[in-house]
Amino acid sequence: MSELRLMKGNEAIAEAAIRCGADGYFGYPITPQSEVMERLMELRPWESTGMVVLQAESEVASINMLYGGAGCGKRVMTSSSSPGISLMQEGLSYMAGAELPCLVVNVVRGGPGLGTIQPSQSDYFQSVKGGGHGDYKLIVLAPASVQEMADFVELGFDLAFKYRNPALILSDGMIGQMMEKVELKPQQKRWTDEEVEKMHPWATTGKPASRDYNIITSVELDSEAHEVFNNKLQVKYREMEEKEVRFETTDVEDAEYLIVAYGSSARISAAAIEILRDKGIKVGLLRPITLYPFPTKEIQRLGAKMKGILSVEMSSGQMVEDVRLAIEGKVKVEHFGRYGGVIPSPDEVADALEQKLIGG
Amino acid sequence: MSVLIEDIKKAENLVHKKSSVLTDKVMHYCPGCSHGVVHKLLAEVIEEMGIQDKTIGVAPVGCSVFIYNYLAIDWQEAAHGRAPALGTAISRLRPDRFVVTYQGDGDLAAIGTAETIHACNRGENMVMIFINNGIYGMTGGQMAPTTLEGMKASTCPFGRDPQTDGNPLKITEIVAQLPGTNFVTRQAVHSAAAVRRTKKAIRKAFEKQKEKTGTSFVEVVSTCSSGWKMNPVDSNNWMEENMFPFYPLGDIKDV
Amino acid sequence: MAKMIGAIEVDIETCKGCSLCVEACPTSVIALADEVNGKGYNYAFMANPDACNGCTNCALVCPDSCITVYRKKVEMA
Repeated sequence: MSELRLMKGNEAIAEAAIRCGADGYFGYPITPQSEVMERLMELRPWESTGMVVLQAESEVASINMLYGGAGCGKRVMTSSSSPGISLMQEGLSYMAGAELPCLVVNVVRGGPGLGTIQPSQSDYFQSVKGGGHGDYKLIVLAPASVQEMADFVELGFDLAFKYRNPALILSDGMIGQMMEKVELKPQQKRWTDEEVEKMHPWATTGKPASRDYNIITSVELDSEAHEVFNNKLQVKYREMEEKEVRFETTDVEDAEYLIVAYGSSARISAAAIEILRDKGIKVGLLRPITLYPFPTKEIQRLGAKMKGILSVEMSSGQMVEDVRLAIEGKVKVEHFGRYGGVIPSPDEVADALEQKLIGG
Repeated sequence: MSVLIEDIKKAENLVHKKSSVLTDKVMHYCPGCSHGVVHKLLAEVIEEMGIQDKTIGVAPVGCSVFIYNYLAIDWQEAAHGRAPALGTAISRLRPDRFVVTYQGDGDLAAIGTAETIHACNRGENMVMIFINNGIYGMTGGQMAPTTLEGMKASTCPFGRDPQTDGNPLKITEIVAQLPGTNFVTRQAVHSAAAVRRTKKAIRKAFEKQKEKTGTSFVEVVSTCSSGWKMNPVDSNNWMEENMFPFYPLGDIKDV
Repeated sequence: MAKMIGAIEVDIETCKGCSLCVEACPTSVIALADEVNGKGYNYAFMANPDACNGCTNCALVCPDSCITVYRKKVEMA
């Protein structure tokens, strides 16, 4: 049975993980996401679904536990916040290189360094450009509500397994901490070991006599062979770019100006657009839901009709670079952001658009 | 003596052959490397226990990174030092399987110290095999956490000086103190008798796993002829004279 | 009176000539050949086959699992 509840975004992650039949969660406490593991430990899913929940000794260990679990074909996840996600970059690179699916949730806080515990969106580059070493991509989903926090858990797992690639939910301290109503899906069964062995013949589940033994690895010393492998990854990424782009537009039909914003910034921008429209300025919103693959084509298509585009982010300007790459200099693209843990108000966003794009 | 060699080399007289769990690939190790012996013992134990289909191995970074080419069991290749973290998840998500990690001294006792200690302290149900030859072999003979005082390596070319380089680490004694370990032993493979004892230790470590009472830890004090710049026979002698006094052989814990 | 006699078979191309078997043999059966294998190693061989009692020590210490051992009990006249 679906259930309507009021809860924090972080708690919704935990509830959705159990309900979608996740096999394991491995994490380490860090503000502002600690409620994810706290809620899981309260719910004791090992007694109901058999899901494993373990507090690891570090984020480094957590991500490598995901490697081990994913290597067995299991649906495993972790959550953390920016400094912890930095520690996971090695593991994410290895998982991308070993073609292992997993789900990572980043409830972003302001950086660099230990930074602040307040919300931020300054981990965009790290998320979409490959924060670890090597040519790889993460599938990056950007929720803008507690509902999407819940929904993207299952979506993230589905995409991760479809492409055998790590998926990341790029949230922030605002979405993680705020409470909203959320519709939770009914409990789904976890995959049995037999189902896993059938669905994921690549997994290391113990070698039966019927098949050769499986190796999960990211090392290949023959450079020619390694280029071939990298090409395989690139083909996979092109397919994601073709099939998995997700975005949402509002008020764009008659718009002369476009705001591009994701997550919390998209919600603040929606309120800013109301202020601007009340003043007679026709502004629309494009909200990327997947940050990788990025809605480049849609930004190109919609952007071409605009007098100007404002990228609104809680960073000093990261996604704006991808918007500019999409627009190729044809339309003016400006950035507005507050950062270091500061959340912009709708009025600030509206003023910024007027000043930067209209010259108000 | 009138018996021809060909009369002896008959199937009914066979007393030792290569384990069927070992693949046909020729190992990439240097001549005389202890890794080959320990790989063989691991293969023999898996074969004799009939658990080839129930064992999942975790390979390290280091010379034995390619152990997965030599034993025909399912393998995961871990990032440097992280094998116990992988093993933790594998063991918890597939409690019906035997999990074995295989690591060298740099992997297990330097970069992966946290993962080693916490996996052992939690008592993850897995066998951990630890090859201690006091040197980084794969990267070309640098100082390891277990390099002896005065022992030369490429990053302590005049011998390890504890004043500047720190002290050699007896991590096996450390994990033996942790409540999560059920069997901790230190062995070697320099002689036939030692090989027999090491095989027994690995077998016992696997048998212990059936009890689900924690981590079974087998250190094998080993040689690295290339890193030590000695031939294999001299390496064994040097190990007996220098390594064994600091890393004494025998069971440290058995509960 | 019964006596154990043995013989070993060395996989010449796998042998790396490390000498550990030579050292481990209690009856000095094994030596390294003057010839080399395809990889350039002086491989192990039974230089003194009559002395082999099939004890398997050589195979136990061999890192490359390239020694097969046979053993037979014979009645001595």
